[in-house]
Amino acid sequence: MNETEAAADPLADALIAARLFTLAPKVFGGLVLRGSSPARDALIEALAGAIALRRMPGHVDDERLLGGIDIAASLAAGRPIVQKGLIEEAQNGALIIPMAERMDTSVAGRLVQALDDAKAALVMLDDSVEADDSPPTSLMERAAFRCDLAASRQWQGVELPPVPAAGWGHVAPLDDKQLRGLATTAVLLGVDDVRALIFAEAAARGAALLAGRAVAEDADLATAVRLVLAPRATRIPEFEDQQEEQPEPDDTPPDQPPEDQPPPDSNTSDPPDDQTQQSQQQDLEELLVEAAKAAIPRDLLEQLAQGNAPRRGSSTGTGQKRKSGMRGKPLGARPGMPRGGARLALIDSLRAAVPWQNVRRREKGMDADAPIIMRKEDLRIRRFEERAARVTIFAVDASGSAAAARLSEAKGAVELMLAQAYVTRSEVALIAFRGATAEVLLPPTRSLTRAKRALSELPGGGGTPLAMGLNAARECADGVIAKGRSASLVILTDGRANITADGQPGRAQANEDAKAAARAIYARGIDSLVVDISARPGPEGAALANAMGGRFLALPRADARMLQQAIQAAQPLGKAA
Amino acid sequence: MARFPFSAIVGQDEMKQALLIAAVDPSVGGVMVFGDRGTGKSTAARALASLLPPIMAIANCPYGCSKEEQARYPGVVGDGPLKKRAVPFVDLPLGATEDRVIGSLDLERALRSGEKAFEPGLLAKAHRGFLYIDEINLLEDHLVDLLLDVAASGENVVEREGLSVRHPAKFVLIGSGNPEEGELRPQLLDRFGLSVEVRTPKDLEVRIEIMRLVAANEADPAAFAERWAGEDEKILKKIARGKARLPKLVPGDDVLRDAANLCLAVGADGLRGELTLMRAARAYAALEGAKSVTRQHLIAIAPSALRHRLRRDVLDETGSTTRITRAIEELFG
Repeated sequence: MNETEAAADPLADALIAARLFTLAPKVFGGLVLRGSSPARDALIEALAGAIALRRMPGHVDDERLLGGIDIAASLAAGRPIVQKGLIEEAQNGALIIPMAERMDTSVAGRLVQALDDAKAALVMLDDSVEADDSPPTSLMERAAFRCDLAASRQWQGVELPPVPAAGWGHVAPLDDKQLRGLATTAVLLGVDDVRALIFAEAAARGAALLAGRAVAEDADLATAVRLVLAPRATRIPEFEDQQEEQPEPDDTPPDQPPEDQPPPDSNTSDPPDDQTQQSQQQDLEELLVEAAKAAIPRDLLEQLAQGNAPRRGSSTGTGQKRKSGMRGKPLGARPGMPRGGARLALIDSLRAAVPWQNVRRREKGMDADAPIIMRKEDLRIRRFEERAARVTIFAVDASGSAAAARLSEAKGAVELMLAQAYVTRSEVALIAFRGATAEVLLPPTRSLTRAKRALSELPGGGGTPLAMGLNAARECADGVIAKGRSASLVILTDGRANITADGQPGRAQANEDAKAAARAIYARGIDSLVVDISARPGPEGAALANAMGGRFLALPRADARMLQQAIQAAQPLGKAA
Repeated sequence: MARFPFSAIVGQDEMKQALLIAAVDPSVGGVMVFGDRGTGKSTAARALASLLPPIMAIANCPYGCSKEEQARYPGVVGDGPLKKRAVPFVDLPLGATEDRVIGSLDLERALRSGEKAFEPGLLAKAHRGFLYIDEINLLEDHLVDLLLDVAASGENVVEREGLSVRHPAKFVLIGSGNPEEGELRPQLLDRFGLSVEVRTPKDLEVRIEIMRLVAANEADPAAFAERWAGEDEKILKKIARGKARLPKLVPGDDVLRDAANLCLAVGADGLRGELTLMRAARAYAALEGAKSVTRQHLIAIAPSALRHRLRRDVLDETGSTTRITRAIEELFG
């Protein structure tokens, strides 16, 4: 794709998305605005003029979100005062959520329910910097539009013209050809989620409404594709003549749809003959795919071009949740004094005190409107649940010297360890090093499914950049430790380094670098284990383990299961919980 | 709010079948739905709620208990007359607090009258009905433990905040989740009677049909519900008839032997597999209006009943479903 096609300012599309969103916030569920920029601020201001926006801070709690008894007001009034929750307060507009990528699981869970019941609409501001950081997936998939405004250079004259009051009823349902066009485009873009299709359909009709049309035209469909489908693309569409191969019979037989509904408008217009219909269909699809291609975000395109399709589910959500759980999930409160770092749980303390008020007042001879009487035994402190917290980082030597045969055993061992890990609620990360690179194949996860895929995609061969592997493992461990968990390294290698830390061949320097990297691990005090997987173990592995201050294990002829048992015996993975 | 009609859900037959079986015979245990995002998992589970024949419950009982439970929980259960009510369907949000799930001190009554009363939580609301947990694999561990305990014992025991309450909480657990985002603990998995796998519909026609139906629903929910009311009514009747027929169906020795053989052949752990097979086959037969439970019924539900019980061999790439169908072919030809 060339420069000119992408030259339009991203704000232009964001404005259309915002207008569509204001048209029917609850139908579209949400609008994600990524990237802090003046354009975004201007757009938010314009949005606030169009619909009521209620700001939701990240620390909102269940009571405020859903409503309930306002304790303070109730105590003051001496009778229960019920307050509305934020979701209800934003009924006629939308909730605007700053820093949505840092949202807490519990809040996301509530919002998901509200979205599913069509009781809320969200404007999520995503300020994440890294590509794989984003608001919780469960919310992302329920928001029709996502716009990246980081690169926008425009901020003046941002206006949202009022939307027509006519309403959806004035736009005819999409016809067969149009629906087929959207569905085919989604397939070509690798968009599996059916929600995306549903949003695209609504967006197409919305675009027609905004343009003052009663029937959606090709341009409206293109808008829907650009705004809804393109940002969700998982592959670059290659448009060929694939009319024939597309419908692949799957688990759902096509003769399923109930017979009692004729396709809308099938009898109102004379269907053109087959040939023309076919080519019209083709034209529309080509048009839509072109629209999509032009609108796929640049960074996504780069990723796709490199062949790493963004893995489903990897776009955090899960990782995010784990992160917010690191400091422990509040477990409710227990009696105790707030000292030594324990925090007072105010609501719970009040809760504990309230039932006694009548008695205490009587005891002290006070009248009914006396302030609440607290005693020491009412005090409650917060309790947090510590997360099961061990992450085992595997660094696997996939070089030629480590031998392809050993590699598959190492893979097997990792899988077995992982199967164990999810029983004991610990997590596993995987790093592979070969040739001139060390790559994090799998960030810390508990998912067996993902790990298996990462492993099966792991190729072997090339030199041994041991220093790189060790450094990558250490960095990964640092990240884990920074989040308050403990990390342990398992390094599967033959110890015969021949690529230096900066990717140059050279055995001597490579060994020096490896030693330096090992010492850095030692300096951090990271728990480590070196497993020598060469057919004839030499002194290198042991020396490496020594430099790391870790244990050493030589496994010349072991199968996956033996390897796993040995690792487990040497390293108390299971003791995490 | 009007839910999407169950009968208007396109495809996903195994999931719908499993949900209906659980509706006919709650003792089958819950249903776990594994699958990609946006495949109608939540929609189907929520649609089921409005499909169930009403139950008789004691009118002033906070837990909606039946007459039989009155004797077992004296003082807890109300004592009023019986009244028809809808089967409860509770949607447990991810990140719900323990308080909300098990119940807590009733703040309103505490404030109003200084009385220490129990405010039932979501578990109480779900009694005799369904407890649906989307993304159950991401649920906090301590909540999972709690749910397991209650699901196993059928009652919720609260000993906190100075409260001491014991109330019945029998419900069918419906969970959904995507295994790519985190595994489910085997202890919890085992609690589910049936497990089904749903995929994103890949068929173009099906996907177009879904768009069309959803658009129609959005344009005019009332008319849409009206249009599908007849179909939904049919399913509701089917469930009601199945429930009535269920006690009359006793699986014969041949079916029991088939069940045992199948469990042995696939290496399903524990007795729970056989029990579930038997119960699910019976419920399925009842749903279908059959006169007796046959091998065909057993085969139809075997993948759902056993899929999640196979001992996991991570080095074996063969999927559980394949292993079960293979065993069925070998055993029953």
